[in-house]
Amino acid sequence: MSIARFWRETPRRYNLGGSKCTNCNTVYFPPRSVCPECTHHRQSIEKMVPFQLSGEGEVLSYTVVHEPAEGFEMLVPYVLALVRTTEGPVLTGQVVDIEPEGIRIGLKVRATFRKLREEGKAGVIHYGYKFAPAEEADTTPVARSPAEPAPEPREPTRARA
Amino acid sequence: MQAGIVSYGAYVPRYRISPGEIGRVWGTDGEAMGQGLNVLRKSVPSPDEDTITISTESLRTALVRGAIDPQQIGALYVGSESHPYAVKPTATVVAQAVGATPNLTAADFEFACKAGTAAIQTCLGLVGAEMIRYGVAIGTDTSQGAPGDALEYSASAGGAAFVIGREHVICRVLRTLSYTTDTPDFWRREGQKYPSHGGRFTGEPAYFRHVSEAARAIMEASGTTPKDYQHVVFHQPNGKFPQRVGKTLGFTEAQMRYGLVTPYIGNTYSGAALIGLANVLDHAGPKERILVVGYGSGAGSDAFDLETTDEIAKFDRSFGRPVQYYLDHGVALSYAVYAKFRGKIHMGGE
Repeated sequence: MSIARFWRETPRRYNLGGSKCTNCNTVYFPPRSVCPECTHHRQSIEKMVPFQLSGEGEVLSYTVVHEPAEGFEMLVPYVLALVRTTEGPVLTGQVVDIEPEGIRIGLKVRATFRKLREEGKAGVIHYGYKFAPAEEADTTPVARSPAEPAPEPREPTRARA
Repeated sequence: MQAGIVSYGAYVPRYRISPGEIGRVWGTDGEAMGQGLNVLRKSVPSPDEDTITISTESLRTALVRGAIDPQQIGALYVGSESHPYAVKPTATVVAQAVGATPNLTAADFEFACKAGTAAIQTCLGLVGAEMIRYGVAIGTDTSQGAPGDALEYSASAGGAAFVIGREHVICRVLRTLSYTTDTPDFWRREGQKYPSHGGRFTGEPAYFRHVSEAARAIMEASGTTPKDYQHVVFHQPNGKFPQRVGKTLGFTEAQMRYGLVTPYIGNTYSGAALIGLANVLDHAGPKERILVVGYGSGAGSDAFDLETTDEIAKFDRSFGRPVQYYLDHGVALSYAVYAKFRGKIHMGGE
């Protein structure tokens, strides 16, 4: 992908920058300049505003990739999912920080910022969104070594009112 | 000093490797090495993580927790010795990724392991002089030791971001000062993949001298003794050095408890003292005094005399993960997968 093309898509890839129709409140990603939901498309003219997705959503469907796309060889096998965001749009993205056996439909995920690919050893590095499990239970505790003392009880880290 | 910490966030990658596993490959007693260094495991970044992604994750957490409008950030500095590009700033990508561009100044800092604390000092100056509303200082690294080198048992990945401002300060900066000399204890030349170091020379004339001189100087300037602090955080290239320097200066294990994170995640270099401080702030209530002394090879120490305010009681840490989560969780890797993740396997064709 050319540098200019990727650079133009930076707001979407970095920040999930979509658009919203202020006529019918439908959110789009990638952004649209006209709303196809409105009965007469002209109703949405000049009513489409930039809208940033929260990055939260859940897995609608997924596949486990064993034959990687170029640049993803080190990550095989990896999970590619359709994620329905809380705002509505469905995004395709890799789900990281999870083993293929841990992925399931309905898993809560949140957008995370990762390296997408590198243009060789000397070229530009492309970054953008991927998804990671939002639930803590989806990351396993490390086995404690015998020499390690058990953790002392901790105060809750939530704010004290 | 009016400026202080208004928000913070930390991030540590998911994978871990133990010194025992590293030693198994190199035919050494890795477990003994780990015990000697007081490192139980170290974090390992995924192949798609680097200083830019870790910095972005920690800053996004900080901005949400502090409900800070990224457009109000006037300066953003990322301290690291593992910036992905030799030329092209880490800071611009991070600024764009959090929505802080275009009206801000941004730059990358490098001072071995203390570039993050140097960035905090710079932000304190700009915010204190009312040139900007918020300054962001990030310390992150994904450092590596050469295969089989002593550094390989501790060099890990992680980072923390601190937002400096004047309003809703959760932790005041009462004083900061530095102690700097030309001491060649650890370095990496341009184009070299792995750093070099002076072995035992990294101890007495380097880490211990700079950290203790900076700590003594700031306590003398503030008229304090170790007893005046609830918490102390030292730079922690391993789990042993900070315990030793703390004991020498007169601090107790209890004061170092939250600030010492390296035994569980390894040495995160520019992130080390800052993740330790983040863990202290995760646990601290109002009016608790904290001494932070960073260290960077080459060499210098930045010392901070901090005190939490009543605002910390209202600070919402629910977004993002507390540091303790990263200390307790992770997925163990074999050396083979670790070597693949860290680019230590020659793939041919080059």
